[in-house]
Amino acid sequence: MSDNERRRAAILGRLRDVYRRSPEDEAAAIATVEQRVFHPAPNLIPARGQLDLEGRIELFTTMARNVQAEVERLPRLADVPAATSAFLRRHNLPQKLVVAPDPVLQGAGFASQPLLRLRFGDADQHDGAGLTLAFAGIAETGTLMLCSAAERPTLLAFLPENSLIVLPSARVFGAYEQAWQELRREQGRPPRSVNFITGPSRTGDIAQRLELGAHGPRRLAILLVDDLQAG
Amino acid sequence: MQPTSLAFQSKAAAALADPNLQTALGGIKTGWQRGRILAAERLPEFEQLRDQARDIKNHALANLDFYLEAFEARVLDAGGQVHWARDAAEARRIVQEICESADAKTVTKSKSMIAEEIGLNDHLEAAGITPVETDLGEYIIQLRKEPPSHLVGPAVHLTKDQVADLFEQTHGLPRTDDPTELVGQARTVLRQKYLQADVGITGANFLIAETGSAITVTNEGNAELTQGLPKVHVVIASLEKVIPSMEDAFTLLRVLARSATGQEFSAYTTVMTGPKRPGDLDGPEQFHVVLLDNGRTGMIGSKFQDMLRCIRCGACMNNCPVYLAAGGHAYGWVYVGPMGSVLTPQFVGIESAHTLPNASTFCGRCEEVCPVRIPLPNLMRHWREEQFKRQLMPSTVRQGLGAWGYLARRPALYRLATRLAMGVLGRLGKKRGRFARLPLAEGWTVSRDLPAPEGRTFMQQWRQRQRSRP
Ligand code: SF4
Repeated sequence: MSDNERRRAAILGRLRDVYRRSPEDEAAAIATVEQRVFHPAPNLIPARGQLDLEGRIELFTTMARNVQAEVERLPRLADVPAATSAFLRRHNLPQKLVVAPDPVLQGAGFASQPLLRLRFGDADQHDGAGLTLAFAGIAETGTLMLCSAAERPTLLAFLPENSLIVLPSARVFGAYEQAWQELRREQGRPPRSVNFITGPSRTGDIAQRLELGAHGPRRLAILLVDDLQAG
Repeated sequence: MQPTSLAFQSKAAAALADPNLQTALGGIKTGWQRGRILAAERLPEFEQLRDQARDIKNHALANLDFYLEAFEARVLDAGGQVHWARDAAEARRIVQEICESADAKTVTKSKSMIAEEIGLNDHLEAAGITPVETDLGEYIIQLRKEPPSHLVGPAVHLTKDQVADLFEQTHGLPRTDDPTELVGQARTVLRQKYLQADVGITGANFLIAETGSAITVTNEGNAELTQGLPKVHVVIASLEKVIPSMEDAFTLLRVLARSATGQEFSAYTTVMTGPKRPGDLDGPEQFHVVLLDNGRTGMIGSKFQDMLRCIRCGACMNNCPVYLAAGGHAYGWVYVGPMGSVLTPQFVGIESAHTLPNASTFCGRCEEVCPVRIPLPNLMRHWREEQFKRQLMPSTVRQGLGAWGYLARRPALYRLATRLAMGVLGRLGKKRGRFARLPLAEGWTVSRDLPAPEGRTFMQQWRQRQRSRP
């Protein structure tokens, strides 16, 4: 037995001493635990987000704006490059961008914006703006759900001061549970990192005054795209 | 950290006389306290969600052994490692060994109360490893060499000017008291630390048995940079953080931020499962979870089991008249406010903290706001009984009377203490006419009843008597 195994046995043993389950109780407990781990069911889901798609998109937009995100709705993926360029201009930022090497974003037609200098890859500390693709949106709190993958590195949404995120309109769910169920259906186990993002980075640690851009992005722009089906 | 909880009375008195502290604490009422009320009003299902949150935690606490085993199996499946620690010393050693095997010089940390509980920073420093706190509040108190004074806002006891002074000394830049610039300075300094760090240490708000995931909740994004940039990520979490599924996590998350700050959801909730996957461009190469007991298995099945439901939201302190007057440091250890009054005696021993379960007006606000409905006043009462059983009572009676005398000699503090007590006393007095118990005069009222105040405090009456004197 390794040290770790010994410590583990001691802790679990202590717990079992406290529980002192009869064989019947133990069987029942194991059945419940298995049910809850292997077939989890949602608890109460607030009514707030349970709307039709247009209602969800509207609620998502309101909630995200309430937490200082910029939200823009675009009919086509092909509108993303121009919207990105306009965002950078609006905030007096250089026309420079690092983009997730995702086939969807690579197919967005960035050539339409010749002034925009972009690189596909992960962000480093020198990048001022990053663009990536969300897996889903959650209407009840205006929350984005990002899933890490080889073509969607996590740091893209955290290192640059300006974060732009493409969200397919059709992927705006009412509640977190519904988005997570979709992830389970598509991928089984979760990817390494799932990031729920609700507005830009913030802190209240100096005299409880809200300041944006504590460590993560100072600005968050959400581009809702209508002609994209999957995330 | 050596507990100094026995000095509660004198520290509370000093706190009341500290204008900076009183200014800083004043913001909690208009900020987090009010924010919680508004957030709860906006969500009609809030109270039902609190019931479910309580039930989820109770269920997990009744089956911790199974959920921990399930969690461990999933972490291993995902390519991570699980380390079990019975006490603080084992946890410190395990973290140190992981750091040493990574040849770590610098480690970044995102806020972890467990790291505070086990005194991790001092230990790492002694081993020649530099820990850098990245949560802005933690960064500030690390520079000031102070413990946190609040669960959610560790530096909530400081004013903007105090932070401005500190940053001027530390960063060697011209003084500024502009909060945006102060945040910007910390951001720049800490950015370099993230990039230098060999190991990132985070806590976890929840561990998920279903997936082997650890969940962090932050507003700054520091947990994501802490775990995403270094090659090794260590999660330190106590046993009771494990819950069955992501569905359960969402229910708890719905009440967490609303109770803590009044936000609908914190800016960043991150679900981390194992090390980086093949093809991933970022993420740690190693994913370690340290599971800490440190007395918790002893709380299961005891009168104090309910305390293990705590999700560290801070609502109990934001709504506690004693905390709002005395501040967190008066409590003398890592955990403060009502939840600290229950937890601290558990960790440091009732002999070293019996002042805390007594530092309460028993107004019941903490229990009213606790998202997982922990009966905090009752648990404090249990500690007082415990104290009695262990025959600390004689000295406590002296202490109680001592505090009474101490307060009587300090008009400002006495006024506050009695005003705090007034509401409760008025209510009690109406029912019974006389009190069996008066906060801060406990030892005395055990044997003698006090007359019920008639809507005025002792000080008001005393002043009036003075005026009417010839
Ligand atoms: S005891 Fe309840 S209110 Fe206090 S921090 Fe814990 S969960 Fe929040």
